[in-house]
Amino acid sequence: MVGLATVFGAGGGTSSYEEVENSDLIVLWGSNARAAHPIFFHHVLRALERGAKLIVVDPRRTESAAFGDLWLGIDVGTDIALSNTIAREIIASDLQDQAFVANATENFEEYAESVAEWTLERGEEVTGVPADVIREVAHTYAQADRAQICWTLGITEHHTAVDNVLALINLGLLTGHVGKYGSGLNPLRGQNNVQGGGDMGAIPNKLPGFQDIVEDHEARARFEQAWGRPIIPQYGWHLTDMFHAMERGELTAIYCIGENPVSSEADATHATPLLENLDTLIVQDIVMTKTAEMADVILPASNAAFESEGTVTNSERRVQRVRKALEPPGQAKDDIWIIAQLARRLGHDWGELSASDAWEELRSLSPMHANMSWALIKEQGGVQWPCNDEFPNGAQFLHSRLWAFDDPARQGRKAPFSVVVDDPPVDLLSEEYPIRLTTGRRLDSFNTGVQTAGYTSPLRRPESVEVSAADAEALGVAEGERVRVSSRRGEVEAPVHISSALRRGLAFMTLHFPDEVETNRLTIEAADPKSGTAEFKATAIRIDKLRAGVA
Amino acid sequence: MSAVPVAPPRRLLDVEVDGRPVRVSEGSTILDACRAEGIETPTMCYADNLTPVNACRVCVVEVEGARTLVPACSRPVEAGMKVKTDTERVRRSRKLVMEFLASSVDTSLAAADWQRWLEEYGAEPARFGASTEPLEAGKRDRRVPGHHHEPEDPTRAETVAQPVKVDNELYVRDYGRCVLCYKCVEACGTDAQHTFAIAVAGRGFDARISTEYAVPLDASACVYCGNCIGVCPTGALMFKSEHDMRAAGTWDEERQAVTNTICPYCGVGCELEVHVQDNAIVKVTSPMDQDITNGHLCIKGRFGFQYVQRRKKDRT
Repeated sequence: MVGLATVFGAGGGTSSYEEVENSDLIVLWGSNARAAHPIFFHHVLRALERGAKLIVVDPRRTESAAFGDLWLGIDVGTDIALSNTIAREIIASDLQDQAFVANATENFEEYAESVAEWTLERGEEVTGVPADVIREVAHTYAQADRAQICWTLGITEHHTAVDNVLALINLGLLTGHVGKYGSGLNPLRGQNNVQGGGDMGAIPNKLPGFQDIVEDHEARARFEQAWGRPIIPQYGWHLTDMFHAMERGELTAIYCIGENPVSSEADATHATPLLENLDTLIVQDIVMTKTAEMADVILPASNAAFESEGTVTNSERRVQRVRKALEPPGQAKDDIWIIAQLARRLGHDWGELSASDAWEELRSLSPMHANMSWALIKEQGGVQWPCNDEFPNGAQFLHSRLWAFDDPARQGRKAPFSVVVDDPPVDLLSEEYPIRLTTGRRLDSFNTGVQTAGYTSPLRRPESVEVSAADAEALGVAEGERVRVSSRRGEVEAPVHISSALRRGLAFMTLHFPDEVETNRLTIEAADPKSGTAEFKATAIRIDKLRAGVA
Repeated sequence: MSAVPVAPPRRLLDVEVDGRPVRVSEGSTILDACRAEGIETPTMCYADNLTPVNACRVCVVEVEGARTLVPACSRPVEAGMKVKTDTERVRRSRKLVMEFLASSVDTSLAAADWQRWLEEYGAEPARFGASTEPLEAGKRDRRVPGHHHEPEDPTRAETVAQPVKVDNELYVRDYGRCVLCYKCVEACGTDAQHTFAIAVAGRGFDARISTEYAVPLDASACVYCGNCIGVCPTGALMFKSEHDMRAAGTWDEERQAVTNTICPYCGVGCELEVHVQDNAIVKVTSPMDQDITNGHLCIKGRFGFQYVQRRKKDRT
C-alpha cells in the first residue's frame, strides 16, 4: 500500500479482474495465486484460454508456476536485482514507452543510470535466473499490448517490502503498462479486508481515504470539524514499531481487534513476553485465541462476514457489502456496537450506530468515496473507488490521468521512478545456517489456522518442513521423519516433507498450525522501516536429524 | 470511466421464433432468442456460466431447412433463421428425452422446473417397465468399454441406481442421480477450475462420471472447490451437510434463508450465498451472475464456514 501510494498517490491495485482476463501477459511475482487466491486465478485461467501468456516469479515451483509459460525460480530476496535487470534490458534494447516516460513520469535519467550496472549476466549471477530467460521476460513484458504485474506477500514480506513494490512499479512506468485498460500493477490482498483497512485509515499515517494526517491540512480540518476534536498531526506506529515501543516501555496498553499476534508475529519468542508485560491488553475477537488467553479484558465479538452488517474492500478496490446471516452466539456483540459502547463510557454518546451510519460519515469525509452511496453499493453489487464526480459509478482502473499528456491540470502529479538498491535478506546464509526457509499459504488453510481449523479438509496434512529431494538425501532424512529446524532465534521440531517444488538449499513451511509447529520461533523480526512488514519470507535455518543414525 | 469496450459492437440479427419476429445480437443462441421472447425452453445440461456441450438434448427446436432437430442452447442464430419450438416433433423429442432420463436416473431432486416440465410434456418414465435393482457399489465403475452387455431382463427399465459415494466430510457423490450432463466435468475443467479431476468414463449406458481409474477422491486430483456441486442440476453432487440432513429428515428448504455476504478469507472478494437453517449455515453457493466468481468458489469459501458455528457447539 505504501509503495503504490508513494508513486501514484493512491494505495490500491490499478486494474480490475475483468482486465486481467483481457490481458496479453500476466506476471505473477511472489504470488502463488492458484493456492492463495484461487478465484482470482480463475480470471488468469480465462486469459490463458484466450491465449495470454503467464510468467511466474517464485523461488518455489508452485501450483501457479505449473500453469506458466515461464517460471523464474528466483533466489529468495533478489526481486530488486531481477527487476533492475529487466529494466536495464528494456532500456538497452530501446523498448521503453518513450512517450509515456517523457510525458507522464519523472526521474527517469537517474533511474536509468541506477540500473545501468544490471546487465543480464550480473542479474543471472545475483538472482539465479538464467540471463536468456530474464531477457525473454524483459522483451515480452515491454512488447505486450496489455500486461499485468500482480504480487502478494512474496514481494512484501521482506525487509525491503516497499522497495520491492517500487521496483515492480518502475517496470510499469517504463513500459507504460499502467493507467490504461488491461495493463496494471496489482497487489493481491491476502485477507478479505486488508484493502478496506487501509482505505478506512487503519494505517499509521493516513486518515480514511488515504489522506495524509500530517501533510493534508484541509483533510485534517474536515475531520476536526466533523468530530469536534483536534486531530494531532503526527504519524502513528505500525505493528513492528509498536513492538519496539513496547520494548522501550513507551507502549503499555493495547486494544487488539481480530488479530492474533502471539501466533502471527515473527520471532514469537521475542514478541510474546512483550505482550505479557503490557499494563493492559484488551482483546476483541470471535474465538479464544492465544492472544486472548493473555488478555486482561476480552470483548467477545460477532463474526464480520456472517454475523454483522458492513463493508469490505477487495483487491480490485471494490467496496462490497457483508451481511448478517446468523445471530452471534452467547454474549458476542457486533464490533460497531462494542466500539460505540466504549465511546459512551468514555463520554461520547453516538446513539444507535449502524453500519450505514458509519458509511455515510465516511463518505462525507473521504473524497474518494464521495459518491459511493449505500444504495449504489447495493445496486451495483459493489463499487470500485474512486467514486466521485469524475467517476460517478466508480473506476474500473486507476491513473488514466497519467496519459493526459496535453492537459497538465488533468494529468496532475507525474509518476516518479524510484531508485531501488538490491539488498539481500537480513538473515544471511552461513555455514551454520545454510538453508533458506521461506513461508507461504496452502490452498485449504489460512494464516494461523484460527478459522480453517474449523472444517475437515481432506487435503490437510500436518505441518512439516518441506525440502528438496537433494537436501533430504544430503541430510540423510526420509519423508515423514521428524527433524530439528533451527534458526539464529529459536528451534522447532517438525516432520520432513519432500517437495518437488523446491530445489537444493530452499525449504518451506507454513504458519497455519502454530500449535503443532511454531514456525514463527524461527522467523526474523527484521522489518521494512516504511511498511513495518516483517521478513517472513527469508530465514536462514539448519536442519538436523534428531538422533544420528536413526532413519 | 467505467467499462471499456474490448470488442466492436455486435450486429443485430432478425430471426423468427414461432412466427414472431425477434431481433438479437450476433453470437446469441436460439435459447437466448427464446428467452428474449419469453418462450420457455426446458434445459438440463445448460448453465449460464458454462460452455454448452449439447449432452442432454432437452432443449431441441426445429429450424426451417435443417434435417435434424437442433439444440437451442448452443446453436447460434443466423439472419433470417426460422425457429419453431412448439411443433409435434419438438414436443415428442423433448418428452422422450425426459422419459429416458427420468426412467434411468433418480431426478427427484432436480429443480422444480424439471418436475413441472415432466408433467407439462406428459412424460411417463414408468412406461419402460419397473426399474432394475440398484447395482452394488463400484460395479458400474468397473465396466470396461467394449460390446454392450445384454440387458439382464428386457422387460425392466435399466437404471444407474447405485449406493452413494461418501468418502470425505465435505461432499458426497450420488451417481444414481447423475444424468451425465457433463456440467461437473466442465466446471472441474476448462470452464473454471482447470483441475481435471473427473471425466466421463465408459461408453453407451455404461458411461459415468469418474476420477481416473475410479480412485477415491483423496487419491485423485480433486481440490474440493465444490464447483461441481455448484453446477450439478440433479443433486448427484451434494454438500455432505445437506446429504446428512436429508438422511436424518431435517433438511427443510422452507425454513432456510439465503443471505449474500463476502467470503471471510483472502482479498479476492467472492460473494457467498449463505444458506441458513435454524441459525446454522447448511451450505454455501455463489451467484452465477457475479463477475468475480461466476458462481465458482474455492475450498475455503465453500466449506470453510464451520468455525463460525463451532463457537456455539463449543459452549454447550
